[in-house]
Amino acid sequence: MSDGGHLLEVEDLHVSFDTDDGVVKAVDGVSFTVEPGRTLGIVGESGSGKSVANMTILGLTRADDANVSGRILFEGNDLAALDDEGLQGTRGNEIAMIFQDPLTSLHPFYKVGAQMTEAIQAHGDASDDEARERSIELLKLVGIPDAERRFGEYPHEFSGGMRQRVMIAMALTNDPKLLIADEPTTALDVTIQAQILRLIERLQAELGMAVIMITHDLGVIAEVADDVLVMYGGRVVEQGTRDEIFYDPQHPYTWGLLGSLTRTDRPRRSGRLAQIAGQPPSLIAPPDGCHFRPRCPHEFDKCPQVPGLEARSGTRDHLDRCWLTADQKRTLRVVDDGEIGLEEPAA
Amino acid sequence: MNDASTPSDAPTPGVDEMKAKDRTASNGGPLLEVEHLVKHFPIKSGILIDREIGQVRAVDDVSFFVNKGETLGLVGESGCGKSTLCRTVLRLIEPTSGSMRFEGRELTGLGRNDMREARRDMQMIFQDPYASLNPRKRVGQIVGDPLALHGISSGDERKRQVQELLERVGLNPEHFNRYPHEFSGGQRQRIGIARALALQPKLIVADEPVSALDVSIQAQIINLLDELQDDLDLTYIFVAHDLGVVRHVSDRIAVMYVGKIVEIGPAEAVYTNPIHPYTLSLLSAIPIPDPRANDSREPMVLEGDVPSPANPPPACRFHTRCPFATEICSEVEPELIDHGGGHWAACHHPLHREHPEAVREATPGEGTPT
Repeated sequence: MSDGGHLLEVEDLHVSFDTDDGVVKAVDGVSFTVEPGRTLGIVGESGSGKSVANMTILGLTRADDANVSGRILFEGNDLAALDDEGLQGTRGNEIAMIFQDPLTSLHPFYKVGAQMTEAIQAHGDASDDEARERSIELLKLVGIPDAERRFGEYPHEFSGGMRQRVMIAMALTNDPKLLIADEPTTALDVTIQAQILRLIERLQAELGMAVIMITHDLGVIAEVADDVLVMYGGRVVEQGTRDEIFYDPQHPYTWGLLGSLTRTDRPRRSGRLAQIAGQPPSLIAPPDGCHFRPRCPHEFDKCPQVPGLEARSGTRDHLDRCWLTADQKRTLRVVDDGEIGLEEPAA
Repeated sequence: MNDASTPSDAPTPGVDEMKAKDRTASNGGPLLEVEHLVKHFPIKSGILIDREIGQVRAVDDVSFFVNKGETLGLVGESGCGKSTLCRTVLRLIEPTSGSMRFEGRELTGLGRNDMREARRDMQMIFQDPYASLNPRKRVGQIVGDPLALHGISSGDERKRQVQELLERVGLNPEHFNRYPHEFSGGQRQRIGIARALALQPKLIVADEPVSALDVSIQAQIINLLDELQDDLDLTYIFVAHDLGVVRHVSDRIAVMYVGKIVEIGPAEAVYTNPIHPYTLSLLSAIPIPDPRANDSREPMVLEGDVPSPANPPPACRFHTRCPFATEICSEVEPELIDHGGGHWAACHHPLHREHPEAVREATPGEGTPT
């Protein structure tokens, strides 16, 4: 956008699914923005709502048993208000998505080239030759060697890393302004993960895309994100810049995540890891108030009310959902060994 | 014990040689010794007559030992043979050749009954807590089966033992009659651990025990394994591809690449002073969850994919991806040699001697305190 506004603005998004066991509130009032050319990292565990929120942006959760409310403004247009046909102009064109498992995202019966040209022709009238040329150009762009030959091969002839490159190439077909990457490296080996993260960063710099990187891995967040959302139980519990989240975290859940990490650059800690006790909440019958309350050692009498996502740390865009005061947080988040973690405060 | 056939052209040192130079064996010496272990899977073709047209060299002449009470971390990418190695050590898969000794007793060649008896002391925890529990059995039966199989207890006595085990791993003993699907992933992994503990083993082989779990649950399981090790004097072989987890739990580390151990040594030495370029590339491929530390290094990003163990590159198997490879690397297989302090590596161009700058660049500067 030329006026420097938000590329994507999600406002009070709610997504729930009717199931036999009850209504699953997968996304419960999520708001965030994505700025042009920047990377938003979304971190959370399974069931935190990070994938559902992003699939909803592309209308991928539309179904009879799904209830969606809220606004999804992409360059000012509300995608949530569009019908499927209207959405098609944006989905795959201006917003593209890649998924965790590159094997199930490609059709095993069709050659990679055929799947790519189909995607290209679905979004514009390219001749077969043009589509082929564009596909090969894209395969080269994502670093697939010998692209002309690979164009005629089947998905099973590609390794996991190469398949993910193909998926990225397909996502880039129409020069998207926003790439949503949902755990794109989780299924890959670490040396291949490093290649794919590098690739996404390079493409972002070359093509000026914004990226939403969804992951459970705070290492990946540290590597690629400019801004970070921490999600828990269908809600955003903390939002800030990358450095704010890592060095001045406000929400006890974020402390717990940081405390439970193991690192390759630190020796074995003497004590146990600062684990988060208990289990993630049920999304059918979540706890009243703060969803993290049952697992939080710092719970107090205000927690049964839902805390709003507000700037409590004194920095304008650093938001959190925790009733503790900024001073309390600074004290409570430091655990025994001086690191950040989540532990019962010393009596 | 050195009569086991050595299939590759480069001799790997025998366990005795490795032990002699090891200074970590403080408390009572090795529990498990593995020597020149080989597992090749045949690749067959043909409709009526199975012709063997090749071999997957999953584990190719591997020697190591595990000391009593220690944790040996085993790392490597998919297809490097780490899972096959674990299963072969317990003889869940028959080795092609080589030798394994548990408390000095040779395991290869033991008959079915003797081996079952021997396995009381060596148990396994699996990666997938969904696939490794029988969905039709109740938890009490799953955890109690080893006790029944070995005729250790029955009836009320068995129930009492199972409930103790459930409590030991942090589960509610009253959940004795529940089915696996009633538990979350982390709880199921606890059930798998209780089952492994049932026979009071000395060695537990944990094959990616936390990879399928969420981060906060991973920490719970790692802490549990840690506690159990202290309380029950257990020895672990801990397999993982997450090098952060491995560093946290391990006393010594073995790094595998396409069926071979390329580096093995005390955890601190392997992490702070890696000798094999593959170890360095693995370490630097993992993003550090600390932006400043992460930005302060220049990771060594490998090109290409892991080669197939059915057709491994000749000589040094890493030479096709190694930035430091020279002619010799594609011609002569490097021996696993001792670089001091029980730190072994198989490389013609050991980093600490020839490329110390590469290690410096890829390691973060003094980590910023968080």
